[in-house]
Amino acid sequence: MADIALQGVTKKFGPNIALRDLDLDIKDGEFFVLLGQTGAGKTTTLRVIAGLEKPNSGKVIIDGQDATGWNAAERDVALVLQQYSLYPRLTVRGNLEFPLKSRTHNLTTAEIKDRVDRVAETLQITRLLDRKVERLSGGEMQRVSIGRAIVRKPRVFLMDEPLSALDANLRDVLRVELKKLHSELGATFVFVTHDQVEAMSMGDKIGVLNQGRLVQVGTPSEIYARPINTFVARSVGTPPMNLLDGVLRGGAALLDAGGFTLPVTRTHGADGARMRFGIRPEDVVLDDNGPVSARVFDIENHGVIKILTLDIDGTHLHATVSAQTKVRIDEVVRFGWRPGKVLSFDPGNGRNLDLG
Amino acid sequence: MAAVRTNGERTINRLAIVSVLIITMIFLAPIYWIASTAFKPRNLATTIPPTIVFTPEISPFVKLFTKRSQLRAPPSQEEYAAAPWWERLVFDGGEKVVRSGRGEVQLSGYPSRFMNSLIVAITSTVLAVGMGTFTAYGFSRFRVKGEQDLLFFILSTRMLPPVVVAIPMFLMYRAVGLNDTHLGLIILYTAFNLSFSVWLMKGFIDEIPKEYEEAALVDGYTRMQAFFKIVLPEAATGIAATAVFCFITAWNEYAFALIMTNRRAQTAPPFIPSQVGSGLPDWTVIASGTLLFLLPVAIFTFLLRNHLLRGMSFGAIRK
Repeated sequence: MADIALQGVTKKFGPNIALRDLDLDIKDGEFFVLLGQTGAGKTTTLRVIAGLEKPNSGKVIIDGQDATGWNAAERDVALVLQQYSLYPRLTVRGNLEFPLKSRTHNLTTAEIKDRVDRVAETLQITRLLDRKVERLSGGEMQRVSIGRAIVRKPRVFLMDEPLSALDANLRDVLRVELKKLHSELGATFVFVTHDQVEAMSMGDKIGVLNQGRLVQVGTPSEIYARPINTFVARSVGTPPMNLLDGVLRGGAALLDAGGFTLPVTRTHGADGARMRFGIRPEDVVLDDNGPVSARVFDIENHGVIKILTLDIDGTHLHATVSAQTKVRIDEVVRFGWRPGKVLSFDPGNGRNLDLG
Repeated sequence: MAAVRTNGERTINRLAIVSVLIITMIFLAPIYWIASTAFKPRNLATTIPPTIVFTPEISPFVKLFTKRSQLRAPPSQEEYAAAPWWERLVFDGGEKVVRSGRGEVQLSGYPSRFMNSLIVAITSTVLAVGMGTFTAYGFSRFRVKGEQDLLFFILSTRMLPPVVVAIPMFLMYRAVGLNDTHLGLIILYTAFNLSFSVWLMKGFIDEIPKEYEEAALVDGYTRMQAFFKIVLPEAATGIAATAVFCFITAWNEYAFALIMTNRRAQTAPPFIPSQVGSGLPDWTVIASGTLLFLLPVAIFTFLLRNHLLRGMSFGAIRK
């Protein structure tokens, strides 16, 4: 069990800068999710922590000790990848035994067997133990990969999109299992994903990466409710937060689209200042007496909810409404928003003005 | 669909089988010629048209392995009766087996030349494939400065016909005393094969996902252990294919062996045609020597056939 810290880590691949001066603090026992698009530097961060990449500058601290110069074996971390992490020549048992047979562990054959059997039981893969890994389904393979990580009892679990290659149902099942495993083991988990649903539902903390920089770290609710800028605001939530350009006029929002005026409770900036107002789809409320009129452009029925795409003079925004709401495409509706939920962003650099 | 076969399809099928048979026969004809000549009596070896039906003899092989001289007069009755069966075969051919002063049979040069071929070909194959695998692994897995240029340089050593450098090599070898030594030929053949082996092995190792080794590194293994435990077994197919190619090249090499060696380290290829026997060339002996010479490559390829055929089924998940 360990905390991990990255201090000023920069990693270059030739002319490309993968990580720029990255600082990161992960507490012991935390389920930390690194969220970002392809190329944001998530995997590189993970590989730097694992010791598979050496940073060009900066330090990796594990449990208070400077581990920058340590190799992967010395760091005592386990890695679960999206694919290719099982040895194709071995059986499931062989794969689970493999980490235990390295020189760093001095285990007897009986101890190894005991540990493998227990892990297999935890993950419900006992019946697969003598099978060759080529014969496994995708979900079974990922279960075995996770098993190979936990059999060693490492200090830190590093997971690089372990669920991305699986189909949706299986992903949901394994998500729950991983969460359960985390609470049982109490170990530090660092989980890389591009899927914001995964990040929101699994993480104790989320770190949002963009172009090699850590944009914001916080609990899922912090990230969701108080994004530091428009990038983070758009990174979480389905559909993403609506961003509407406008002007602050007399303590209310005057939208460019359609020239409608909407109330806001928090105002930051001078009267007449240009703003980008952010409102989550669930805080957009259909209301016959609402201040804005819009045309229903599209309706997505998700069972419990409907996601409406509303069109105001060519500007689209999303609204999440209950499935009982009766609307038709091309119908003109009126709506308002919850004034307390409106965020205001600097239209230039995208910073959240509410956070100061 | 497949169950219903028209007459047209059947005819095409038969034609295909017949043409494959014909092509196979064309390709095997020279092999058959050598093999049949190796068992022919000497007087039938060069008949025109070639003799197809004959009583096979073992005498060419006896002659191949023994040192012989021309008989001035036919052997005496007692001499013939006292001789073992294989010596009589030599007598029948108008020659006699040369014996030392103490009566020991003198062997021909063939067994030692064959041995030389084995030593040189096996050692140089092991060296070329071994060094090639390590080099290819380095190029495949690490960021090497000027990788493309280095790889091109390695390949460029194959762009000249080797014989072009035969004379300078000969002079250099003579100067450092590598002439007519096993070591000399081994160095030469390893150098020939190395570039080929590096390029071939790089292709095979590139195919192995590096995630396997990284998993092993994280699991507490050193880079070296990961290489031997993960990469080598995965690369076995590639190593087998490369080894077959290198072995064939080293085994069959003629020009340098002819120039660089003459006795101690001479390999079989330059030796076999020099086996002209006493008097006129004895084609049956040359054919029997050639036939035996073909065997090691055939056996080697046969032993590795599974590896060669299995193809690239790397990994539990295919790219």
